[in-house]
Amino acid sequence: MMSFDQLGDLAGKMAPMFVMLNADGQIERVGPTLQKLRPDQDWTGQPFLDVFDLRRPRSIRNMADLLGNAGVKLHMQFRDEPQTGLKGVLAPLPNGRGAFVNLSFGISVLDAVRDYDLTSADFSGTDLTIEMLYLVEAKSAAMEASRQLNLRLQGAKIAAEEQAFTDTLTGLKNRRAMDHILGRMISTGRDFSLMQVDLDFFKAVNDTMGHAAGDAVLQKVASIMVDCTRNVDTIARVGGDEFVLIIDGLVDRAQLDNIASRLITRLEEPIPFGGQMCQISASIGTVLSPAPVSIDAAQLLNEADVALYAAKRAGRACHYFYEPGMDSEDIDEAAEEVTADTFSSQADTSRSSGNTIADAEQRSNG
Amino acid sequence: MHGLINRAIQAFVCSTYGESRWRDVTDSAELGFSEFEAMLIYTDDQSKKLLTAMELVLERPLPEMLEDMGTFLVSNPQVEALRRLLRFGGVNYVEFLHSLDDLPDRARLAVSDLYLPPLELIETAPGQFKLFCQDGLPGYASVMMGVLRAMADDYGDLVILEHSGLQDGAEVISVTLVETDFAEGRAFDLGANLL
Repeated sequence: MMSFDQLGDLAGKMAPMFVMLNADGQIERVGPTLQKLRPDQDWTGQPFLDVFDLRRPRSIRNMADLLGNAGVKLHMQFRDEPQTGLKGVLAPLPNGRGAFVNLSFGISVLDAVRDYDLTSADFSGTDLTIEMLYLVEAKSAAMEASRQLNLRLQGAKIAAEEQAFTDTLTGLKNRRAMDHILGRMISTGRDFSLMQVDLDFFKAVNDTMGHAAGDAVLQKVASIMVDCTRNVDTIARVGGDEFVLIIDGLVDRAQLDNIASRLITRLEEPIPFGGQMCQISASIGTVLSPAPVSIDAAQLLNEADVALYAAKRAGRACHYFYEPGMDSEDIDEAAEEVTADTFSSQADTSRSSGNTIADAEQRSNG
Repeated sequence: MHGLINRAIQAFVCSTYGESRWRDVTDSAELGFSEFEAMLIYTDDQSKKLLTAMELVLERPLPEMLEDMGTFLVSNPQVEALRRLLRFGGVNYVEFLHSLDDLPDRARLAVSDLYLPPLELIETAPGQFKLFCQDGLPGYASVMMGVLRAMADDYGDLVILEHSGLQDGAEVISVTLVETDFAEGRAFDLGANLL
């Protein structure tokens, strides 16, 4: 029969975190690694449950409870600092001579290795802890390399987006592209007209049905604009619900009015989203490319804006051409009216006779 | 070849010869870029061009440079992670040598698409070893030679290393352990990099 001491010597090599208890639940001997966790502590004779706080199973109060939980996974921690968490399993020694408890760190091993300055020699040769530490470190290094790559890609993506000419949501040109094309057309002296299109009631769709609905509407709007124009024309989304159309080589008012009218009609068709219908409209201001007078892009856009606000002021779903008589006061007034969201002044639209789109006017009157 | 390996070459050349020499090398290799990403895969052809260009531009025999690179990978603080991972292999140099058999598998555990050819250590007499570096990675044995040399310093052991030619398609490195605990060696704190 093996003595307590012989068993302790053997266990020290195989399970360096063992605890041997006598029949009263007092510690007889501990393994070398466990001793290393409390180098100055004299363990002998101390009740096991005074040193360790049993977290699970909660019911364990004394040695009898411990023996009753032989073979069960025990969770505990030191009562004093650092309260390293341990797990263990207990087996009774023969002839009621006490119990043998084997402990391990479990997931707290990362803290333990650091807190107690453990080395490979502190773990049994069959223990997988060293492999686990290796893996943790190797994975952290690999993860860090991946994270660095992600950061660099993210930076490159932002830079590419800043340089891009495309609006990612709609696939239309963006403001940067529009500025570029407009500048080129002005400098080459080509005939063209510029339409500033502003969606009406878009904010209401966004507010009541959510951004996903808003995005779907913008995508539909983009495809309608592509349908209503030719390949040579430029369509750009220059703001949330603002678009600029550059119609190449066309300065005929009747034809332009026709395009604008068709556009508004198509945009007023309800757009289905998530079982509901989104109803929007559009106001359009158009400016024709200046004949011989030199003009800059900003001024041209401003004039289109003035016409647009005149159209808004006229009660929405309207198309106005810019006239030199329109001034900024009109815009201020129009802006106020638009803010007040009056859709009532249909009477005013008659004032602009030839400029107004007939069918839009009819609808709003009806 | 894995980006980690290409990146290691980049780190070695930049640190030893300077960044502008590195750009000369990548220009000469006509890669179209000069920064390798550690976590991307590059074609074997790209890596081959790189090594050829290194020899041409830096005007040193490639095996010599690769051996220096192996030493650099272990001893340069810039790449401390690799040295630590190798030290996990054993508490002394002999244990470390034996752990080399597992090195390709260990590498794959850390980065699943990192392929290293098999290594096999045979003890021919007490303190005498042969390391068989299998085919599959150009210059593998040269790099391993540098790694073995630097790790001996790391453990504080005195060893003699020799290229012993080809045997069954594998390049063989002879290792003779002259003296253990020859020098102080470097400390290895198991938990230094955790959390």
